[in-house]
Amino acid sequence: MTSTDDTGAMAPLKRPARWHILVFLTPALIIYTIVMILPLFQTLWLSLFNVTKEGTPVFVGLGNFKVLFGDARWAADFWNALKNNLIFFAVHMLVQNPIGVALAAMLSIPKLRFASFYRTAIFLPTLLSFVIVGFIWKLILSPLWGVAPWLMSLVGAKGLFLPWLGLPSTALVTVSLISVWQYVGIPMMLIYAALLNIPDEVIEAAECDGITGWAQFWKIKLPLILPAIGIISILTFVGNFNAFDLVYTVQGALAGPDGSTDILGTLLYRTFFGFQLQLGDRSMGATIATVMFLIILAGVSLYLFIIQRRIRRYQF
Amino acid sequence: MSKARTSPIRAGFVHLALGAYTVIAIFPVFLTIVNSFKDRGSIFRSPLQLPGPSSFSLVGYETVLKQGDFVGYFTNSLTVTCVSIFLVLLFGAMAAFALSEYRFKGNALMGLYLSLGIMIPIRLGTVAILQGMVATGLVNTLTALVLVYTAQGLPLAVFILSEFMRTVSDDLKNAGRIDGLSEYAIFFRLVLPLVRPAMATVAVFTMIPIWNDLWFPLILAPAEATKTITLGSQVFIGQFVTDWNAVLSALSLAIFPVLVLYMIFSRQLIRGITSGAVK
Repeated sequence: MTSTDDTGAMAPLKRPARWHILVFLTPALIIYTIVMILPLFQTLWLSLFNVTKEGTPVFVGLGNFKVLFGDARWAADFWNALKNNLIFFAVHMLVQNPIGVALAAMLSIPKLRFASFYRTAIFLPTLLSFVIVGFIWKLILSPLWGVAPWLMSLVGAKGLFLPWLGLPSTALVTVSLISVWQYVGIPMMLIYAALLNIPDEVIEAAECDGITGWAQFWKIKLPLILPAIGIISILTFVGNFNAFDLVYTVQGALAGPDGSTDILGTLLYRTFFGFQLQLGDRSMGATIATVMFLIILAGVSLYLFIIQRRIRRYQF
Repeated sequence: MSKARTSPIRAGFVHLALGAYTVIAIFPVFLTIVNSFKDRGSIFRSPLQLPGPSSFSLVGYETVLKQGDFVGYFTNSLTVTCVSIFLVLLFGAMAAFALSEYRFKGNALMGLYLSLGIMIPIRLGTVAILQGMVATGLVNTLTALVLVYTAQGLPLAVFILSEFMRTVSDDLKNAGRIDGLSEYAIFFRLVLPLVRPAMATVAVFTMIPIWNDLWFPLILAPAEATKTITLGSQVFIGQFVTDWNAVLSALSLAIFPVLVLYMIFSRQLIRGITSGAVK
């Protein structure tokens, strides 16, 4: 807020104080600061304390982190959640983003018929809530209903059907794929926009040089949409390391079977809020939130300071 | 571009691929809605058949409307979403105007401060947010949700709107100043109407995550009177896992408003994404 006080000195002489700037900025600043920024830093700060039975906070330094990373009760859960979260992210990067790019590349073919219909339809799942998506897929994949086995029998693979969501070995990948199904619309749209921004002259020049079809995509278009792919990657990263709703809906707060779908978001929920027999623990919750904050911060900084600068941008 | 060269065979493959993916995207939604209108037997016997005269049944909807307070949940969601969007648009546009119109010390820093929240999710502050809401007695009120969602929506709104406000012509604003309009009148009467398309984009982007959020209703307002439709259907469906009619009907009811809104706004939304998001 100091900046607005300084404006008086900066403003021209005939307008001594520009109060309207203060009026325009204040409501947004107050809500944003009080509801978002302060609690965020308070949470980070809280991770350095332990709350005793009487409710008084005791400063423990990095003690909570030591417990989270090394103590037998916590470490196994934490490393498991982190590992699952990395797999969750890897599935998104390897499946969601390539499919998104491929769909966008096909949609951007000029004069393609029904393009807007395809676009609208493929984007639809993105708008649905995790609750709806989670339950729909839970029903479809349920061995009780038999839709999934029936569909597989159409392609002669009925024998391959398994209750994927119920097996520890496949549950995580299945949940990740459900999330991919829901969110493929976002990379598709962003890449589509980037492809439309490529000027026609560039494409025509390529065609004059005999570069068409696949070669044109790999050699001309892909380098030009790399910045958009970078944005998508970082959005996916932030979204994935902050995910919670889908796992909670499909597998419950315990992220079963046997913790095999537990990611940082569900671990944070259980730790902080408590679940069934487990009591909520504010300091450990804050500690996990801090670790998530640092992971996301590291990813965002890596993107902003290293990847984004290395990506070559072309100006037309 | 390659219009002359697109062979029919290649176009055929493209349509095949896109069509196949469209089926993958729509099929689960279609399956849910179709089966919600059937009786229990036909849901299991022939899940893919459209409801006929013999299999048509509304028993699921009857259970849902009798058991859950879906009208209440729906009103809660609507209230929270509308009030939050209104506040995000009003305060976001005001801040965006201050940042894009006036030069003052700390302008760039303020912009950076406000855009922090685009990348760092507000969820990570939940522990302290809940503490704060308990301290101020706002737990289990819709106000708590409105506050959180307003704070969550502001950073992106300020960012997008200030980009657009920079394109509003200075001459117009200066003409207004010469005619004796106050800075407030310039903002409300000249600039706001001109950035209406951008406001629509921001509104849609703000609305979707708010309407669909499960985390904050679950933690800040889980009481029966303040449940949102997302939390309400989550809890309701959880209770009725074995009543397939009720589950499918509840899902269809939850899909319906989103579907209607999407049909109305899909062009605006897609235009917003494709024009503003990648710069």
